[in-house]
Amino acid sequence: MSVDIYKINPEFRDIMPKEILDLEDNATWYGEKRGINDLTDKKEILEEHSLCAGCPEAAALRYILASLPTPSETVIVNSTGCTSLMFPHIALHTVHSLFGNQNAVASGIKRVLDWRFPDKTKDVVVLAGDGATIDIGLDYTLQSFFRQEKITTICFDNEVYANTGGQESGSTPKGQVFKMAPKGKVFDKVPMWELAVTSGCQYSVKLTASAPKSVAKVVREAILIAREMGPSYIHLYTPCILEIGLDANEGLWEMKEQDKDRFVSFKYVSPEAEEYLKNCKKEGIL
Amino acid sequence: MANLGPADYSPYPVATYDGILTPPEGKALLLTDIVDEEVAMREIARVMLTSENATIFPGPQVLYAWNEEAKKKATLIKEMAEVLNAKMIPMYDYRPKYPKIDAEVEINPNHPNLTIWHNNIKACIFIGVHCHYANVALKIVRAETDCYTSAMCALSGHEDAMATIRDQHSEDLARFIQVAREVKQELGK
Repeated sequence: MSVDIYKINPEFRDIMPKEILDLEDNATWYGEKRGINDLTDKKEILEEHSLCAGCPEAAALRYILASLPTPSETVIVNSTGCTSLMFPHIALHTVHSLFGNQNAVASGIKRVLDWRFPDKTKDVVVLAGDGATIDIGLDYTLQSFFRQEKITTICFDNEVYANTGGQESGSTPKGQVFKMAPKGKVFDKVPMWELAVTSGCQYSVKLTASAPKSVAKVVREAILIAREMGPSYIHLYTPCILEIGLDANEGLWEMKEQDKDRFVSFKYVSPEAEEYLKNCKKEGIL
Repeated sequence: MANLGPADYSPYPVATYDGILTPPEGKALLLTDIVDEEVAMREIARVMLTSENATIFPGPQVLYAWNEEAKKKATLIKEMAEVLNAKMIPMYDYRPKYPKIDAEVEINPNHPNLTIWHNNIKACIFIGVHCHYANVALKIVRAETDCYTSAMCALSGHEDAMATIRDQHSEDLARFIQVAREVKQELGK
């Protein structure tokens, strides 16, 4: 596979809609310096989405897609949840796995890609919610870290099972009340970013999606490390504004608040990975 | 809405209910019959040339220049559309569209009937659509429209199309164009 798969045969240009012509003419693909600055004037890989107005998860996905080092060589594995409503609209290879087994599926895909395309760099990125990553799929998530699979796992943590009406998840903070969890959460939030370190991740970061440039930097670093070193993990706060009773324009405010509270920055980079990142900077890859 | 389809061709929306399977190698499927490829080619050409708003639906495998064969096929499909006096509406990807598709400019495998109803298409050719999505789309079209569907498949064909020719590569498309020219002449079109 190469970026050629997006080149339209000239015989059909007159019947193709503008959004597809734009993907060929004005999107950033393989080999170009790409990043979130492209969001202002380039064609985005996410055509449109069906999430709620003002949903921070949708913004976060746009930042992530704009930050992928080589989108045409990237396979995204996703799981059931709000995020899975967006993936059908992405002009990339995406695989929807069963609820929770996304890291097992991603492990298989990565291994097969390495076998099938030994001379190419293929990135496999898992994008799943907190229910899939931390509750239902915790076993698969941690086992992929134990096995040192070369994949990047990004958890969109909205601290709730949102699209099924508001049930508490392992990632819900203690005491939080939801429509379908009226007594309040009894236990503490699972510190997944710390479990990732304990389980062997070379890179583990916790942050909110309040600052696009920070998200972009972390995504690039995590993918580069996964290519060479081993598993990398990003824990990203993307609140469900509906379930916590905010308006469409209040998601950013909520994330900025949490930058100072539950999602105060956490970053672990293994010594080997740190050395590797330094080299990437020297070589201009990062 | 157009008339419902299966009544014209079969009582069931799924061809395998009728015991219809894809044709063996070297053969083609015409409704319920296994026939020689040339017979199917002539029938497809005749239906396309004599039906209202005949349309070719090229899929991603021929719309994009991802290999040399796709480039060759693109040229041939353009020529085929001219010979058959057919319109072309692309199935350029398989993503569901919200809030709705523009039925004048695209066909989507998740609701192909909308495009066929909107444009009153009575005959069509699917070509270059990945098999799993062609299977979905052809079943919906079969169940919901009275459109005569033809599938020109590079693999083993599609039993849900009214006519299907299998193992169609660029040299076979060139042969089909030649057959279509002959049929066109016979029909005086």
